[in-house]
Amino acid sequence: MFGYYLQLALRSLGRNRVLTTLMVLALALGIGACITTLAVLRLLSGDPLPGRSAQLYYPQIDPYPKDGYVPGESKPQENLTWVDANELFAAHRAQRQALVALGSAKIQPRDAGGRPFFGDAVMTTAEFLPMVGAPFRYGGAWSAADDAAGARVVVIAGFLNQKLFGGANSVGRTLRLNGHDFRVVGVLDRFSPQPRFYAINLGRSYGDGDGVFLPLRAGRAVKLDPYSVSCWEAADIEHLETAPCMWLGLWVELPDAAAVANYKRFLDGYVREQIARGRFHRTDTALPDLMQWLRDENVVPDDARLQAGLAFGFLLICVTNTIGLLLAKCLRRSREIGVRRALGATRGAIFGQFMVEAAIVGLAGGLLGLVFAELGLWGIRHQPAEYAELARLDLSMFVFTFIVALLSALVAGLLPAWRACAVAPAPQLKSA
Amino acid sequence: MSTDIGPIVSTLRRHRTTAWLLVLEIALTCAIVCNAVFLIGQRLDRVNMPSGVAEQELVQIQLGDLAAGKDRYARAQEDMALLRQVPGVQSVAITNQVPFGGSSSNSNLRIDPSQHDPVANAATYLGENLPQTLGTRLVAGRKLAPGDYVNADVAVDALNRGRTEGLPTVAVITRALAERLWPGQEPLGRMVYLTDKAGVRVVGVLDTLVRPNAYRDATAQYAVILPLHMGADKDESYLLRTRPQDRQRVLAAAVAALHKADPQRVVTRKRTFAEVRQEFFRSDREMAGTLVGVCIALLTVTALGIVGLASFWVSQRRRTIGVRRALGATRADILRYFQTENFLLATAGIVLGMVLAYGLNLFLMAHYELPRLPIGYLPAGALALWLLGQLAVLGPALRAAEVPPVVATRSA
Repeated sequence: MFGYYLQLALRSLGRNRVLTTLMVLALALGIGACITTLAVLRLLSGDPLPGRSAQLYYPQIDPYPKDGYVPGESKPQENLTWVDANELFAAHRAQRQALVALGSAKIQPRDAGGRPFFGDAVMTTAEFLPMVGAPFRYGGAWSAADDAAGARVVVIAGFLNQKLFGGANSVGRTLRLNGHDFRVVGVLDRFSPQPRFYAINLGRSYGDGDGVFLPLRAGRAVKLDPYSVSCWEAADIEHLETAPCMWLGLWVELPDAAAVANYKRFLDGYVREQIARGRFHRTDTALPDLMQWLRDENVVPDDARLQAGLAFGFLLICVTNTIGLLLAKCLRRSREIGVRRALGATRGAIFGQFMVEAAIVGLAGGLLGLVFAELGLWGIRHQPAEYAELARLDLSMFVFTFIVALLSALVAGLLPAWRACAVAPAPQLKSA
Repeated sequence: MSTDIGPIVSTLRRHRTTAWLLVLEIALTCAIVCNAVFLIGQRLDRVNMPSGVAEQELVQIQLGDLAAGKDRYARAQEDMALLRQVPGVQSVAITNQVPFGGSSSNSNLRIDPSQHDPVANAATYLGENLPQTLGTRLVAGRKLAPGDYVNADVAVDALNRGRTEGLPTVAVITRALAERLWPGQEPLGRMVYLTDKAGVRVVGVLDTLVRPNAYRDATAQYAVILPLHMGADKDESYLLRTRPQDRQRVLAAAVAALHKADPQRVVTRKRTFAEVRQEFFRSDREMAGTLVGVCIALLTVTALGIVGLASFWVSQRRRTIGVRRALGATRADILRYFQTENFLLATAGIVLGMVLAYGLNLFLMAHYELPRLPIGYLPAGALALWLLGQLAVLGPALRAAEVPPVVATRSA
């Protein structure tokens, strides 16, 4: 039966080639636009650390002065000062924890000649790389003792190892950072969470990932300055450790709800203590988990959302268009339907026949839409946005495209098919 | 034309669903296109935001930091002397930030040190030779003079110790900032405070100077220049003024001269000011481009929809048309019939579309900080859709007009 419907549908579509092409093209454009913008949205709102993000939290407090403070109307700050970051870090109230700052380091291979170049450098503490699950190819992370001593050690990314040491095991080799020798203790395998959640408030968001990871104190000792420094009064940013400036992030690993509640209590207690000592004036604290933190930081730009909205509006118009055309077509075929009904076709059979026709339009639209989406994403990859290179269709988006296409076409086919099966045979058979 | 309306309406009533679908499609298109065109206008306004500087004549060079132990201030003076020697260079400045550069250093300004809340937040340009090199005009008062300048590290040290000696004592500000601080009053000679101790006297007023992070028109021109000698450091940039046709050559020659002086220094940025503007407004331009594409696609799809439906109606009514022709209707009558029909449908769509456009605008205002849709967009959108409808229906209507009267006599 289905084969017969298919045959009828193809014949009917073939009879009005221009119209069929129009319907498929319009549907494909709408679907292509939707899938392109959805792929970008998905990329931008993705989970950078699947499986771990639910246990990573980002404590926030507010060291700002009292000026203009209205309780309940302000939010805690994005970053921490050196003093608060170290106090919270030293209290060690989480399973694992790490301080993070991001800067630009002048990198020069010790042995090879050639010009030095600048690369993003993460100044952090020993537990950061294990906590975020960074995979090592050679060696491993440094120790807490290295942190305290400000040891000149460094973990480098795979791509940097390729560039500087030709991909060989470089553990034990030396790298010059900002004019000082650092010993390589680890080489990472591919590690590039997207977005770079730990760097979002520190000046970077997407991209290959960072070239070097080094102990915070060692980085500061070789004058590695953080990208993002925000001060609440005039300050000497040459001496960030004592300045009224915020430039550090703290990530803590909290395994369950009880641990989160505990940590929040600890954070509130810390702030109350600082207020009692006269250092703080504002009581607001926050402890978002990784995904909440990304939402707070508006990782998905308004423009991307607006584009997705537009694309859906466009698809809606394309579907309306298809309904109109299918309907007009079906009304024109009233006589044919009348004959089929008179010869014994049930209403269900007529309905099925028209739905098959709509589904063919949908599948064709989906296929072509996929081509349009690939074209659209190709266009996006050639834009200079930081995330551009990552815009691709994966298998699930692939499947999703077809579901959207088929659903749109079936919805579009519903009304015409229903009208078609409601045709009464007798009046159509009388000579018009 | 008016005689046709009765029969048209009664015909449309028999094709109620199809007619409504077309009306709906036109309405949705109208709503989205009106708002999209409005958004495009907004973006283009932003992209064309004036900077108040000689954009076609400027290039920027930024270098990595110096090796430890070198005198940054002496090096900055050497660099600037070197850059002045480059053929084609008319003027050289050192600055902590550039207009439309993105990242910025700002100060909260008070006109009385005891004021609780600051009056304005302004971009704080620090450096030498800035107004001359940027090409912004002084409209009142005097330029910053050599005697006004202090070294940046001395000023920072004084600030940290809470002392006033060592701090700069004068500044030039933009006209927009002066108007914000002292509306309608003479700004020259007045004190403006960066902290409760650090006050500077306004000695000059600049015509225009945009801030590095100009996101809103109202505050885009709030800027102050303080007379500080800056050291050669990774955050500082050299700005070079030259003739527009010499920019690329001067940029290459200047970088070569700096490399020759110190082969170890890394040039982290070299670009013309046109590129600075291009980068700053890139996302706005892209968004405007996307919106234009969406508008074209929408109008095309809607037009094709009208063509498709009209063609169907024409072929469906061939007999009726034949009868009318046999009864004496002219070709023009038939043509006009279909045009009027389309006009009625478009009008219904536009009326509904206006309401939708307004609703969509309210939604966008609530979610994306957009202003209200100016009322002028609605008649423009209506006109565009009427035209689109008439153009789209023309082909099918002409085909209808070609239907010969003899069709009436044939059995279908």
